[in-house]
Amino acid sequence: MMLGKIRCEAILKEVLQLSREAGETEVSVFTSEGGLTRFAENYIHQNAVERNAQASVRVIFGRQIGHAGTNRVDTEGLRSMVERAVAIARLSEENPDFGGLPSDSEAIPLVDAFRPSTERYSPQRRAEAIAKLIFAAKEKGFRASGAFGTGLREFAIANSKGISRYQSATVADFNTVVMSDDSSGYANASALDVCDLDVDSLAKEAVDKAERSRHPIDLPAGEYPVVLEEYAVSDLVGFLAYLGFNGMTYREGQSFLTEKKGQKVAVPEISIWDDGLDTRGLAQPFDFEGVPKRRVDLVKNGIAGEPVWDSYNSRLANVTNTGHALPAPNTYGPIPLNVFMAPGLTPKADLLKGVERGIWVTRFHYVNPLHPKKTLLTGMTRDGTFLIENGRITKGIKNMRFTASILDALSKVEAIGSTTRCFISTFGSSCVPALRIGSFAFSGVTRF
Amino acid sequence: MKDKLLKIVDFSRSLGAEYADVRYIQEENETLSMKNGRVDGIDKTDDEGFGVRVLVKGAWGFSSSPDLTLWEKVVKEAVEVARCSALSPKPGGINFPAMKAIVDRYSTPFAEDPFKISLEDKLLLMGKADEAMRRVPDVKVAKTSLGFLKITKHFASTEGSYIRQDLLESGGGIECTAVGNGEVQQRSFPNAFGRQQLTGGFEHIRKMNLPENAQRIAEECSALLSAPQCPSGTMTIILDPTQLALQIHESCGHAVELDRALGMEASFAGTSFLLPDMAAKFRYGSDIVNLYQDGTVRDGLGTYGYDDDGIPACRTDIVKNGIFVGYLSNRETAAQIGHTTSSANRACSWNRIPIVRMTNVSLAPGTWSFDDLISDTKEGLYLVTNKSWSIDDKRLNFQFGTETAYEIKNGKLGRLFKNATYTGITPEFWAGCDAICNEKHWGLYGIPSCGKGEPMQTAHVGHGCAPTRFRNVRVGVA
Repeated sequence: MMLGKIRCEAILKEVLQLSREAGETEVSVFTSEGGLTRFAENYIHQNAVERNAQASVRVIFGRQIGHAGTNRVDTEGLRSMVERAVAIARLSEENPDFGGLPSDSEAIPLVDAFRPSTERYSPQRRAEAIAKLIFAAKEKGFRASGAFGTGLREFAIANSKGISRYQSATVADFNTVVMSDDSSGYANASALDVCDLDVDSLAKEAVDKAERSRHPIDLPAGEYPVVLEEYAVSDLVGFLAYLGFNGMTYREGQSFLTEKKGQKVAVPEISIWDDGLDTRGLAQPFDFEGVPKRRVDLVKNGIAGEPVWDSYNSRLANVTNTGHALPAPNTYGPIPLNVFMAPGLTPKADLLKGVERGIWVTRFHYVNPLHPKKTLLTGMTRDGTFLIENGRITKGIKNMRFTASILDALSKVEAIGSTTRCFISTFGSSCVPALRIGSFAFSGVTRF
Repeated sequence: MKDKLLKIVDFSRSLGAEYADVRYIQEENETLSMKNGRVDGIDKTDDEGFGVRVLVKGAWGFSSSPDLTLWEKVVKEAVEVARCSALSPKPGGINFPAMKAIVDRYSTPFAEDPFKISLEDKLLLMGKADEAMRRVPDVKVAKTSLGFLKITKHFASTEGSYIRQDLLESGGGIECTAVGNGEVQQRSFPNAFGRQQLTGGFEHIRKMNLPENAQRIAEECSALLSAPQCPSGTMTIILDPTQLALQIHESCGHAVELDRALGMEASFAGTSFLLPDMAAKFRYGSDIVNLYQDGTVRDGLGTYGYDDDGIPACRTDIVKNGIFVGYLSNRETAAQIGHTTSSANRACSWNRIPIVRMTNVSLAPGTWSFDDLISDTKEGLYLVTNKSWSIDDKRLNFQFGTETAYEIKNGKLGRLFKNATYTGITPEFWAGCDAICNEKHWGLYGIPSCGKGEPMQTAHVGHGCAPTRFRNVRVGVA
């Protein structure tokens, strides 16, 4: 439920007042409100509205810390939350590594991430857009499934050392899988403004993929040149940011970056950065401690850059906090959540050129790390996997399992698409181009 | 509460709902984590709210709020979105068979209420485990965690049902990371994913003996740094129950969710290779493979009294003597194929729509003792505790990695290997199952992080199994 800036700030003040006996206090409010319409087999099967408002508090006595949270944001609920956090802190052992909450040292740039058109978008309009997609799928004898969601969120945070921030944002997301009896096609787009979603174009993309991937052939496992569409690249870049550029795992020697900072890890055309101010993604100018987000170059011209930091880990590493804290209590460390990869010079359609025999991958499925330090991942292709022959897509192929290192793949990039697509999830986003990679390892094949 | 909830469903009916239900849920969650001797976080969170599900003109609508005073607005929204759903209706409408009203109360059985154990005692136990792990020099990161969840769930429907459930879960575990030799290796106990979790009380934590096992686990973790790479090839493997639990979860549990088989999760989680016309005909595994779902078994993480359709939990067969015989289902999906629900309709929270979820999907015990099973294996690997997992969107092609692999040579456990992986195609893999350990080795394992649905719903599910042998498995692809 949207509370608005005034009500959020009132809650922050009330909690700071309730916990005034603590040495330090941090309080945050997260609200959400939205609707999601899901469809499958050419009908709407789930249609939901949700709203929530959650508060959380971190209280500190010396170096004893207690956390508590609630979604009862009236005075009684907030008081009970503070009492629980205080009781935990009083009973908790001291954490000598805790260096205090961050203080308010600089102004936060204004970022407008709220789009009234998304706020006003009704369930009726979501259903009408879905009906058009279903019509397009039915015309071809296909079955459409997917989801169309529109929502709002607010995040506000304050602490007893002077930090007080508020940010609101809207998000719209449309995804679909269109299926025939032996093929499928995928399309997805997300944006702050629902008007930026072109559902007709997404319908065409998914229907076209399903049609062209019919009657898939078997291709043996092995190393192939690949063209990875933006959906697939987003997975690789997201895992690279998560596994490699976390200041905590870097400090603990669990990341490749511990040994490879400043070294070549990709071809020179590859640049990847995190930027919480860029509204192509889910912009939020401060982190979950209220610290301003700094742009961090993760990979610049193929050279491994810096990890991201929060207050706890930056203090232990004696480096500047980059503003990448997750919500407390956070055992995961700081993570880049707004990741961008620089586009290249090759129009997407031309990425096929020069590929004598290779594979076009629309998206990956169920990707997980096998060896985090080696950035070794495994996962399946899905919803549009094609054989490339002599620079052309010739036929659909059955889905394949890849087992490959992200860094190895980035060191074999031969061409980069000249445009990017952006994908926004609950807490983060990525904007990436499509890539042509000279060799990519597929370790298995499935039956469809 | 009963009167209020019945008023809500009555109001839904007055607005045109053919069927409506409401769930009001209160949750109390406590988590504790310790890392390298420091308290990494202690959190106590409460959460409450209600969700209303309505069937209007053959289409579903749902709305929710944390504020019960908004009930009229929420019901109106649910009815409004149901009318929008009817713009693209299911051909023939939703078949939602009527049920008799049930008025009942269910409580998780437990011995020791974890919320009455002091934080000091919990931290003391964690501290002992943490200290034991850090005695091993290569261990760079030692983590210990405990988690407790109390749920009070009220359910009412237009059929006159009113059910209250008081559910309780307790979980705990240790995890360490060793760094050296250019390697990073991890060991967990008693399960992967940070903790083992069951329904019940603090008695489960005491039985884990975390401090007593911590040094052994840390030493194994350290030994992995200098262990040889796991060999590759087609060979015999024996899976320990924690890894087998995830194997069952991914290649059986999700594959037999009827909503997936009917295409209802196609765009996100995927579908299933097990189509309805394959029931009672398709050979899923060898003759000794008997898999079943059971929402009633004591301690199982997927154990409850009633599902979110208001149907009592039950036990049903999934694979009988190797043949696929039945699905996990709810009222709507079971009716679609002419079956009876297996009462597996669950939402992870008050603000989510209930969908088909696993209960406790288990492999029935066999006849072997573990020692006899190892002795009977001339050559192979014993694979322990999951490290990575992936499977395709029809649940056929899978690949798992485990934290450790022990060589089996001439009937004896031998060398430790690192970075073990194995891969296969679901029915081929289960066809290679030729020996299952007996009930003495059988246990329940909880997975508190099963993801499905949009928005994502994280379910708590369980699996029972014992060490099991599989022949002709492809090992070591990476």
